[in-house]
Amino acid sequence: MSEPLLEVSNLEKFFPVSGPGMFSRERGTNKAVNGISFNLNQGETLGLVGESGCGKSTAGRTLLKLYDPTSGSIKFEGEEISGYSSRKMKPLRTQMQMIFQDPQASLNPRQTVGAIISASYQVHNIKPEGGIKLAVQDLLERVGLSAEHFDRYPHEFSGGQRQRIGIARALALKPKFIVCDEPVSALDVSIQAQVVNLLSDLRDDFGLSYLFIAHDLSVVQHIADRVAVMYLGKIMEIAPTSSIYTAPHHPYTKALLSAVPIPDPKLERKREQIVLSGELPSPMSPPTGCVFSTRCWKAQAKCFTEEPKLRKVESSEVACHFPE
Amino acid sequence: MSLLSVRDLRVEFSTPDGIVKAVDGISFDVNQGETLAIVGESGSGKSVSNLAYMGLLPKGKTKISGSVILQTQNGPVDLIGLEPDAIRKIRGKDIAMIFQDPMSALHPFYSIGDQLIEAHQAHNDVAKEVSRARAVELLSLVGVADAQERLRAYPHQFSGGMRQRVMIAMALMNNPSVLIADEPTTALDVTVQAQILKLIADLQKQFKMAVILITHDLGVVAGAADRVNVMYAGKLVESAGVDELYAKPKMPYTVGLLGSVPRMDRPHEDRLTAIPGQPPSLMKLSAGCAFAPRCSRKGEVPGNKCETTSPELIEISSGHLSRCHLYEGKTK
Repeated sequence: MSEPLLEVSNLEKFFPVSGPGMFSRERGTNKAVNGISFNLNQGETLGLVGESGCGKSTAGRTLLKLYDPTSGSIKFEGEEISGYSSRKMKPLRTQMQMIFQDPQASLNPRQTVGAIISASYQVHNIKPEGGIKLAVQDLLERVGLSAEHFDRYPHEFSGGQRQRIGIARALALKPKFIVCDEPVSALDVSIQAQVVNLLSDLRDDFGLSYLFIAHDLSVVQHIADRVAVMYLGKIMEIAPTSSIYTAPHHPYTKALLSAVPIPDPKLERKREQIVLSGELPSPMSPPTGCVFSTRCWKAQAKCFTEEPKLRKVESSEVACHFPE
Repeated sequence: MSLLSVRDLRVEFSTPDGIVKAVDGISFDVNQGETLAIVGESGSGKSVSNLAYMGLLPKGKTKISGSVILQTQNGPVDLIGLEPDAIRKIRGKDIAMIFQDPMSALHPFYSIGDQLIEAHQAHNDVAKEVSRARAVELLSLVGVADAQERLRAYPHQFSGGMRQRVMIAMALMNNPSVLIADEPTTALDVTVQAQILKLIADLQKQFKMAVILITHDLGVVAGAADRVNVMYAGKLVESAGVDELYAKPKMPYTVGLLGSVPRMDRPHEDRLTAIPGQPPSLMKLSAGCAFAPRCSRKGEVPGNKCETTSPELIEISSGHLSRCHLYEGKTK
């Protein structure tokens, strides 16, 4: 097997948190991403799921060096990029792109769609065959819009169409790796399905690799090959999509899956839900031992003192002392 | 007689570009203790229809017609056309509402206690201490620990799920007979969503309330509703009991909507069945069925009827209404 496209080990991203008042000193650190490791292979899609505040978006942005990691290593095609300056990153930006959640906020309202997408070529001084305009129009058609949309402004499009523009922009430079940060959460279900299908078609056609960040586990199931579950800045479980939904090993994964409502009234009535008690602890002072221990119904003395490391359980990797 | 009876409700907004028919003649009933879910995509009119009879839409540019009869403690009242003073006496007492975003629905400058007490004082001529006791009672009921102490806390000191609990406590201060929950869990994480939905269901039993659950999430509907109304482009397009609707959806839009929901209980499929196209602009609705441009079955109806004539809502089997030319003449 060839080497993975992306290798991440012990990645950490901490944010300083200041006290009340403008000039007060640092009060603590928000350990948004607290030591995560995973690989992503060429053409593979890894789903990254978790609740708000678990650090999944921070992880995605840190991988693209939109944030400077606090420590840890990011290898892209074998090249260690964690310490790269933004100047050194620039040539790699053509390889690594991002699709954002809110296409309204990520498209400049005062530029035409053509100008927005053309900018990618101009910034990197790339001259596609046949000229930029033709290349952009090709892209627009590829994502299900039409060439006439070149001169229109973002406000003239619906939410789903705007997300297609965002996708076209990410694709412009023919990247190998795209971080999709909640790409369909802002869309209605019928449109959501269109965009998920488009993303999987593009992946197959262009041989893309995705890190697909989402809070909606049922969407992830349709696009990901493997799924990583995050909780309080740590990965609790990574497993192939085929097994994680049917046989989760980590209690948190189990609880998370049981909380997702299923659109079938008869099944819903029969189904047993694990309702987690309590609230997500603050990432500024995560619990000692296993971070999930404060809400876990299986927690024992060991869980409060000793942090479980990711280890192999069947086809999954699980960070739990007492996996299911 | 049903608790809340909506007949031919219409809401029109006048905008610089023309008139928008946000709600185009909907009728439904809600009975005591029942949960009615209203589902639809953004812009389908599911929220606006309820805001209209709650008197919460801006006056002036809005035209509301139809009737909404609510059985209040003082007999039946038509909520449409009530003066602001009169609706204020009913809103928060007989009929209460919780919203999607509890942060913007709670006042950031007042403590939770002040806001809960105010909700009680507005409708009850009692000493403040009585209202305070009621606030503590409800806050503990919705699962806020240490309620007495927490009355002094401000909304920003609560998490999203906790704020939604506070909103629910506030809505229930006066024992309403109808609770309108407008996307109550959309802003919450799934694990918290499960907690809140369970809470609403428990309280509904305890208070014998009717709940109108407005949501776009068909999974939430499956677990919570007794009846489901599906809305599209301001119209009711299908209405049935929850089991019937999920097992035998009739209107092609409902079928498409159910097909496009990613499901975890099914073996991994590669493609979702999406509904092609976009929801129509409410300003440029054609004379025909609003769903026709996206409908895959319009060819089955002879004579291009879907494009030219708007179908009526007809009862195709007992308690199952559908708005589609496909089922005309096949009633019962």
